[in-house]
Amino acid sequence: MSGPSTYQPQHKALQWIEQRLPVMNFVHSSFVAYPTPRNLNYWWTFGAILAMMLAVQIITGVVLAMHYTPHADLAFDSIEAIVRDVNYGWMMRNIHAAGASMFFIAVYVHMFRGLYYGSYKEPRELLWILGVIIYLLMMATGFMGYVLPWGQMSFWGATVITNLFSAIPLVGDSIVTLLWGGYSVGNPTLNRFFSLHYLLPFVIVGVVVLHIWAMHVTGQNNPTGVEPKTEKDTVPFTPYATLKDLVGMSAFLLFFSWFIFYMPNYLGEADNYIPANPGVTPPHIVPEWYYLPFYAILRAIPNKLLGVVAMFGAILVLLFLPWLDSCKVRSSRYRPLAKRFFWAFVAVCLLLGWLGAKPAEGVYTVMSQVLTACYFAYFLVVLPVLSRKEKTLPLPNSIADDVLASSSSKGKSLASVAVIAALAGTLVVGASQDAKASAGGNVPPSLEWSFAGPFGTFDRAQLQRGYKVYKEVCSACHSMKYVHYRNLTEPGGPGFTVEQAKAFAAEAAPIKDGPNDSGEMFDRPRRLADPFPSPYPNEAAARFSNGGAAPPDLSVITKARSYERGFPQFLIDLVTQFQEQGPNYVAGVLRGYEDTPPEGFVLPDGAYYNKYYPGHAIKMPQMLMDGVVTYDDGTPNTADQLAKDVTAFLMWAAEPHMEARKRLGLQVMIFLALLTGLLYFTKRRVWANAH
Amino acid sequence: MTTEVSTEPTRRDFLYIATGAVAAVGAAAVVWPLVSQMNPDASTIAAGAPIEVDLGPVAEGQEIKVFWRGKPIYIMHRSAQQIEEARTVSLSSLPDPQSDQDRTKEGHEQWLVVVGICTHLGCIPMARQGNYNGFFCPCHGSQYDSSGRIRQGPAPANLPVPPYQFVSASKIQIG
Ligand code: FES
Repeated sequence: MSGPSTYQPQHKALQWIEQRLPVMNFVHSSFVAYPTPRNLNYWWTFGAILAMMLAVQIITGVVLAMHYTPHADLAFDSIEAIVRDVNYGWMMRNIHAAGASMFFIAVYVHMFRGLYYGSYKEPRELLWILGVIIYLLMMATGFMGYVLPWGQMSFWGATVITNLFSAIPLVGDSIVTLLWGGYSVGNPTLNRFFSLHYLLPFVIVGVVVLHIWAMHVTGQNNPTGVEPKTEKDTVPFTPYATLKDLVGMSAFLLFFSWFIFYMPNYLGEADNYIPANPGVTPPHIVPEWYYLPFYAILRAIPNKLLGVVAMFGAILVLLFLPWLDSCKVRSSRYRPLAKRFFWAFVAVCLLLGWLGAKPAEGVYTVMSQVLTACYFAYFLVVLPVLSRKEKTLPLPNSIADDVLASSSSKGKSLASVAVIAALAGTLVVGASQDAKASAGGNVPPSLEWSFAGPFGTFDRAQLQRGYKVYKEVCSACHSMKYVHYRNLTEPGGPGFTVEQAKAFAAEAAPIKDGPNDSGEMFDRPRRLADPFPSPYPNEAAARFSNGGAAPPDLSVITKARSYERGFPQFLIDLVTQFQEQGPNYVAGVLRGYEDTPPEGFVLPDGAYYNKYYPGHAIKMPQMLMDGVVTYDDGTPNTADQLAKDVTAFLMWAAEPHMEARKRLGLQVMIFLALLTGLLYFTKRRVWANAH
Repeated sequence: MTTEVSTEPTRRDFLYIATGAVAAVGAAAVVWPLVSQMNPDASTIAAGAPIEVDLGPVAEGQEIKVFWRGKPIYIMHRSAQQIEEARTVSLSSLPDPQSDQDRTKEGHEQWLVVVGICTHLGCIPMARQGNYNGFFCPCHGSQYDSSGRIRQGPAPANLPVPPYQFVSASKIQIG
């Protein structure tokens, strides 16, 4: 890393340190004077973006770990407590959850860039291999992080992924037991996943240091793939590359903020808002979007062991890439055939991602098989053959020559980065939406909600009416254990006064407290700090009283239900910020009852026919009829109005800080847009000297 | 190749200053939520609501310890002798002068309510021990009198009196 010290600090004290530990020389030679090819485009800023994302994930992760409880009975509750009660907890959680996706978007761009420009070729083989190792570690870390909320997808994702290892002959089952620390996924599994999820990011940091070290030894590749020959071919890292990286990072943060503040659940699964239930598997198990292509490969092969081998092989083949593609010309710019195959390969990956989210049946399986063959053919056939047969175009003499020749075509790059990154990212990301809640049922109508869109807010009067409906109707059977009476007075909520909320608490069912001095539990009236009461003492009692189906807790119900939007609607949703599937569904189910089921539908005993309920046979009778609740504010109390009001109330209950989130989001977006603009013009001014 | 940045502030470009300033504001703004999240969360604050304590079972010469906001609160039923001692000592001889009248409620002199956390480094003093018929801290030997005032040892201040009032003759509300 360090040669003879070229850096001489002015100050005496600094000199004293420098003679003993040449740290400033190290920083200066690696991040200031370090020569970087002058023709790097914005695709190269994703290295810096990844370093930033790693830091973001570690910082927010450390913060979340201060409040999270890794216990099977408490994990889900502790995350609800983080997003509801911890100062800025909702923001930390959104950053960390969306950050994982952003990290993978950036790493895929970074990897495809390396692939396109031949950055893995001699002498950078080890640099590339270290990168693949980082990617593997990221996948392991991301998977274990997804398990921690202990929702349905966490639990069943953990079950499915750990069971992959059971495919190993002879020792498979013992390995799985070892991973679980039990006979099934349970509390020991959660505990160790938390421990490893905290550890692995620091291992990643270690490998990243090696990755950067290796890069500093060989120097960066560049879009021509021609090594720098003279001083004219390079610019010092600072300020040139630093500023360009900062522009990229700032623009990326802008994209990231869209998810943190406006679409926090777009990248996640609604099912993960249902607490883990070892007795019920969700109808569609889908991994996070960034694993989908490999998931498709796994399912394409109708043999357990071979499927697992193919899936891991699809990643491990990357390790051999430097030797599979032995063409001396690095950049695809000068390889007309390789360039076409590269884009075909990108399409194959995106399509595999889309298929990974589809049910594994019929035409989808056939398509997955064909595309899996294409995936492997690219590495094992196309690249080796091309590297021998392809007629490459003449390379420029030097980087400087190339810059002079192409200086006319400047400025397009930034726009193309933004457009392609957004498209590629969202395409795969959104594909995972396809699999959500598509198990039968019609699509509920999209209603008008006051809280929709970037500037949407709750309608206080509507929330107050909704609370009345909940209290007088729903609360007879449904608990809302994450909502406390104090929440009713908080800003961004129904806006009850403290006195009103106290009165609601006092007139609700008493709460058990104690033990008192004589060791006895006693009932006392509820206070502001207490949660809404549960109508049943435990889940078994709830199930017993309701014909076998326990009424779900309603605290996060509007986030725990969703339905399929389909392609390309989910892409449009990303831009229009449509995310009201939950409320539409809840309001739909409340009003979706039909007295006579359609011809040929056999309704089980004790069930009711509901248009929008998956499977149509719902155990809950129709509760909302015209006039069952009287409103004090003169709003007509039709059943439709009651359903809408109570749904709005439930939406607030699930997302009590929604208004603060959108308000802060606007400020952050404006700030980042300003910062990105300023950085861009600063970078332009600085780079003007270099041309 | 490099252009050295001039050290004269007057010649710095406005654009550079503006960019640097905006970036600095952003960095500072990021620190705020990261620090703020460490403060007590909403449920902790809400749980710090006032508590009621029934004094009936506490006979003269006894004390109880209750918890409020996670802190131990001593409620001591003082004997006449203890009250006497607490009231006759000359204030000027105390390290942290405060009269016993200021530390108890008029008409309820027999009740001493103090936060049972040593003002030195936070250990819990033991009641009815030490030379002053009050509290003795085992950690580094601070001694408090029967009014919870520091008399001897490294602690700098008296045991604090939490906010409380009598809701009836034998019931107090702390907080
Ligand atoms: S903590 Fe009580 S004397 Fe030091």
